[in-house]
Amino acid sequence: MMKTVYQKSKGLTDAELHYCPGCTHGIIHKLVAESLEELGLIGTSVGIAPVGCSVFAYNYFACDMQEAAHGRAPAVATGIKRTHPELTVFTYQGDGDLAAIGTAEIVHAAMRGEKITTVFVNNAIYGMTGGQMAPTTLVGQRATTAPFGRQKEHYGSPIRMCELLSTIDGTAYAERVTVTDVPNIVKAKKAIKKAFTLQQQGAGFTFVEVLSTCPTNWGLSPLKAIDWLKANMIPYFPLGVYADRTEEAR
Amino acid sequence: MAKELWKGNEAIAEAAVKAGCKFFFGYPITPQNEIPEYFSKRLPEVGGCFIQAESEIAAINMVYGAAGAGSRVMTSSSSPGISLKQEGITYIACAELPAVIVNMMRGGPGLGNIAPSQADYYQATRGGGNGDYRTVVLAPATIQEATDLVQEAFDIADMYRIPVVVLADGMIGQMMEAIEWRTPKKRELPKKSWATDGTNGVRPHNIINSLFIDAGDCTVQNRKLAKKYQLIEQNELRYEITGEAEPEIVFAAYGTTSRIARAACMRLKERGIKASLFRPITLWPYPSEALKAEAMKPSVKAVITVEMSMGQMVDDVRIALQGAKPVFFVGTGGGTIPVPQEIEEEAMRILGR
Repeated sequence: MMKTVYQKSKGLTDAELHYCPGCTHGIIHKLVAESLEELGLIGTSVGIAPVGCSVFAYNYFACDMQEAAHGRAPAVATGIKRTHPELTVFTYQGDGDLAAIGTAEIVHAAMRGEKITTVFVNNAIYGMTGGQMAPTTLVGQRATTAPFGRQKEHYGSPIRMCELLSTIDGTAYAERVTVTDVPNIVKAKKAIKKAFTLQQQGAGFTFVEVLSTCPTNWGLSPLKAIDWLKANMIPYFPLGVYADRTEEAR
Repeated sequence: MAKELWKGNEAIAEAAVKAGCKFFFGYPITPQNEIPEYFSKRLPEVGGCFIQAESEIAAINMVYGAAGAGSRVMTSSSSPGISLKQEGITYIACAELPAVIVNMMRGGPGLGNIAPSQADYYQATRGGGNGDYRTVVLAPATIQEATDLVQEAFDIADMYRIPVVVLADGMIGQMMEAIEWRTPKKRELPKKSWATDGTNGVRPHNIINSLFIDAGDCTVQNRKLAKKYQLIEQNELRYEITGEAEPEIVFAAYGTTSRIARAACMRLKERGIKASLFRPITLWPYPSEALKAEAMKPSVKAVITVEMSMGQMVDDVRIALQGAKPVFFVGTGGGTIPVPQEIEEEAMRILGR
């Protein structure tokens, strides 16, 4: 008899993902879905999709989903969680959504210690709209609205959300991970699972930033994009735990 | 039931609680602050939740989330704050979520002032956000009517899955009047089987969404909304006609200004001039046919619209009458209030007396 050694998570629907070849959103979706499934949360979770590349995430996750206005996912999540505290509520947001237009919403969700989980996919660019400069675009990195590369004297330096949010007491847990290779994918899943578990325990706001690639808008092959992420993004956005205000951490 | 003395803003908040609203998300702005303040102490008593959001934008998006999860939910603000909420309102309209939004209008444009105004009529009735959508707009003229309409607003919102705007002004929010608590006529409300409150493994996932990336799909959604709006136009029109049965002058005014126009009617009566007052209670849908019927009475020489704006509802009056009778306007913008004398004098001037 054949033994099943791998199958797609029940946390994902059968809808075909629209992401570009080599984009790491697919991996991150899988990790979120597997975490929900393994924790038995699919039937009691509500996810919030952002505006950006992952705008169609509501079609992919098998739990109940809401599609939010650009940047407003943490506010939408607040509305759901405060009316249904028993549900596990998560937002899935990109860097334009979360770190530009939605800065106020994410900071204040953290300040209130909203018992929600945010999966923040940082690929240092606006993907969906075609490669414009993001608040996370690195200095010197080219974008369609920064044709000469991001100039520090013009736009300042990229914003580090994990570091920023970790200063807020309401943030129970904030970790930056990536999905460039198997060991990192394993670490990323552990972080996402931990965030959901802490939410279950009512710990406060939980945040997992995932450094992600955008081969299409970076103008690189999928493999070269992974190399570029390692060489350029990780030095500026170091991986690791930035906040852990849980009892066990103390 | 004995009458009670209530301040408008607080009465509106209590009416919402009586209608089963346990959740409120808002942001401070004068002249509506008593609404969030009241909710902040009242909602914990009924096992609900009040959140003072970081902005009106966040507040309306909290409303979106809560409404999408199937809860009765409300927000309130005043003019500049309502402008900020427009993004959320168009999403709520397209995603077909029930929600109640109270606007205690103040002088504008811009930061304006905190005095009563009716200058957000266009914004409320035309849809202040992007795209083809409508919100039901209810315009109370007294605190009694405000408490009645706020309760019914939740039923209308649930019935049609639509945002309902209660459009009042700083005058109604700030003054006190005697009211008695009434319950709206019971409606058969549909189950919220579309709500995102967890699949519990027994149904496919629900999606609350306003994105229709295929233009054909978006057109289908627009037609569906249009059909719903037609149904509301048929079922939910409200207005009141008071004054003389065979008037020479018909005043058209809503909310606070309808009370001032009524005073003008009485002053005219003392001078032997017959006048009536047409008061729309729903500003959308607009009771055009009823207004036309009143204005087409042979005795009517002119219709005078009275507003605390530079002239907004007067457009709907002109649309209703299609040029059949002359339409005039008396109004003042920026937070000042018209007085009965100037309305009366305009009527006398139009009649040539």
